[in-house]
Amino acid sequence: MLQIFVNANYDFVGKRRWFYGASLAAVAVALLSVAAHRGLNYGIDFTGGTLIQVRYDKPVTVAEVRQGLDELKLGSAVIQQFGDAREYLIRLAESEQKSGELSARIQGALGRAVGAQVEIRRVEFVGPQVGRDLQLQALYAVLAGMVGILIYVAIRFDFRGGVISIVALAHDVIVALGALSITNREMSLTVLAALLTIVGYSINDTIVVFDRIRENRGRGLRKGQTLANLVNGAINQTLSRTILTSFTTFLAAFVLLLFGGEVLHDFAFALVIGVITGTYSSVAAATLVMDWELSGRTRAPAAAKLSVKAEEVAAKKS
Amino acid sequence: MRKQFPLRIAIVAAVFAVSAWYLYPPKKTINLGLDLQGGIHLVLGVDVDKALEAQVEREGDTVRADLEKKGIGVSRIERRGSAELVVQLASTQTWNDAQSVFREQGGFEIKEADQAAGRVVLALRPKEAATLRDLAVRQGLETTRNRVDQFGVAEPSIVQQGDNRILVQLPGVQDPERAKALIGKTALLEFKLVDDGVDAEAAARGSVPESDEVLFQRRVDKETKTEQKIPYVVRKKALLTGRDLATARVSIDQNTGEPYVSVEFNAAGARAFADLTEANVGKRLAIVLDGNVHSAPVIREKIPSGRAQITGGFTTADATDLAIVLRAGALPAPVKVLEERTVGPSLGADSIRKGLLSTLTAALAVVLFMLIYYRLSGLIADLALALNLVILMAAMAALHATLTLPGIAGVVLTIGMAVDTNILIFERIREELRAGKTVRGAIDAGFARAFRTVIDTHVTVLVSAAILYQFGTGPVKGFAVSLAIGILASLFTAVFFTRLVFDLIYMGPRRVESVSI
Repeated sequence: MLQIFVNANYDFVGKRRWFYGASLAAVAVALLSVAAHRGLNYGIDFTGGTLIQVRYDKPVTVAEVRQGLDELKLGSAVIQQFGDAREYLIRLAESEQKSGELSARIQGALGRAVGAQVEIRRVEFVGPQVGRDLQLQALYAVLAGMVGILIYVAIRFDFRGGVISIVALAHDVIVALGALSITNREMSLTVLAALLTIVGYSINDTIVVFDRIRENRGRGLRKGQTLANLVNGAINQTLSRTILTSFTTFLAAFVLLLFGGEVLHDFAFALVIGVITGTYSSVAAATLVMDWELSGRTRAPAAAKLSVKAEEVAAKKS
Repeated sequence: MRKQFPLRIAIVAAVFAVSAWYLYPPKKTINLGLDLQGGIHLVLGVDVDKALEAQVEREGDTVRADLEKKGIGVSRIERRGSAELVVQLASTQTWNDAQSVFREQGGFEIKEADQAAGRVVLALRPKEAATLRDLAVRQGLETTRNRVDQFGVAEPSIVQQGDNRILVQLPGVQDPERAKALIGKTALLEFKLVDDGVDAEAAARGSVPESDEVLFQRRVDKETKTEQKIPYVVRKKALLTGRDLATARVSIDQNTGEPYVSVEFNAAGARAFADLTEANVGKRLAIVLDGNVHSAPVIREKIPSGRAQITGGFTTADATDLAIVLRAGALPAPVKVLEERTVGPSLGADSIRKGLLSTLTAALAVVLFMLIYYRLSGLIADLALALNLVILMAAMAALHATLTLPGIAGVVLTIGMAVDTNILIFERIREELRAGKTVRGAIDAGFARAFRTVIDTHVTVLVSAAILYQFGTGPVKGFAVSLAIGILASLFTAVFFTRLVFDLIYMGPRRVESVSI
């Protein structure tokens, strides 16, 4: 039988400072990149504007597309190749109301400039008001997602676990945003959906490890076993599962990145990054449990409550 | 749960049968989103304040008529803001009589009263204003629905969104530009007399009599493609409007071959039209649509038939659409396109192809991986995965959910995550085996112990799917739906179904020495 990490016994807890260092570094790089780009690169979903996807019947260059657009004097337009050299995205900051007329004019002008047939494949127009609404909604969605998960984890485990999960989630989301920012990708509604999926997925992984810590703790510390051993044990026992399921999800997300097409490209990219950070953070978050627990123990006896709770659970089970 | 095989097999068989039934025939049962089949998604904002203003102005006419009926002279009534009327009486002598008239105006309340100046400000009651705003949106919805119905779109969806927005979704429309123009047009048709006593060019530069206004006729020169604007000075008061129409249709001019729209007034409209043409022979009547003069023919004689023609260099499509909007009625207030997402049919077809390709590739990769890594158990998990996909598709068909491109991504992701549950269980069984348990003991313990974790992971994904659904728009909602159904289905397939197969293989009467996992 094929197996990975049989009887794994890595000292994650001992190396936790490395995790914290790496995470802080990743978050710092992410934030720096976002700052260097002057905030996130919001797409028209959030800023308002017009996006037109055109397809020529022969390959053309960006310059030729621009030449066609110049005729219409539409103000600044961002032109971006989309897939092969026949397909382009045109972004107009100006949110012209009669976008219907606009796309017909663009179709004509682009075609005339290079003597080709041009097909308008997609038009997206978002008015400034809707853009603002969506931006707010996006913020609410992410916050509501985190609060929902905090509540759930707090009920199932304890408040501390909830807070640690949120820290792990925030870490994953920030790193994913950083990766999007470094690669100059746009923040769109579908990317937001990917981020929220990362939130759900990453917490999934974290919970599996938390569950195991609780289960092992329910049995009580064996003689000579430290809390560090216990947490380490839980991480190692779930390691093969963590890696395997991350691998299958990664596989699916990676396939989307490869074959899903341009429209889903950024979405898939965010997912791939999220699966990687989500897996990593579930291990790192578990070690964080350790530190919090220890600091609580030296400061206040109240921390014992959690162990008592766990023992009660164990008693009920048996 | 250990035995009861007949019942459990029956449940799985029933779920499979129901799913298969919902899925047949596949092309007809799964709704494709606009991003997959092409189409238009429009969010229209209804300018409710404009509707309010129009209503307040009409009320102003009523107030004037009521006052004059009692012999009270009015020197001016004008609208202030969107919901107030300022009434200036001709004389302060009539103050008390006027007050009683004002009190009879149900929708208004007296906001300011200046007896010395003979001036009263009437304000629309807030409740009345709210009702009018609401009515404007509902009429807008109704009118849009009428127009779309006459345009002929299969399965359009037109619903109110928020307070004053209308969401229009038109799948599979071939000519999005035309559909958009048709929906967005206010289509307020007015017949106004041209004031020939005023020089139009001078008026366009500024000097317009109070009862008049300057409107333009736009003419596009067919050769040079340049637009000309011809000014007209017309009386502000509309003598007839689109409300007075009975019907409208396209006709072709026998001489020029140009299409035009012929309109027919209803009984009251026809009478008014006859009176107005009789009284104004020799003058010009401007036909104004949404503030643009279409034509201004000279009235040659009284027209008793109640028919009129709207000409003005139409194409056949233009004329057809104008007839549609005139029949469906004007929008009670102008609408503005706040959001538009149009996907051409070819892009939709591309997306379907790529979506299918990635779904199949992801499924194949995961299936192979499970088979190699877990052997017979992997095969069981693969069967569970297949069942999961069948249930997912069937549930989407049953719920009339819409499959969008992000929805396909949700399906792909479900493939990755659905086997998660099985991996969780299998790893646990392996662990129990390593700890020295018997095959049956290990299977029992593996399922039991993993179950709690499985529930936890499922709930968290459901929470995020619910939030996505709540806050997302069309395509993102589709993603949330497929993710949520996939996750729920995996509870059934990865736990119930897999357990059943395991039990059938390993929990039978014969002794089991090893497990292929």
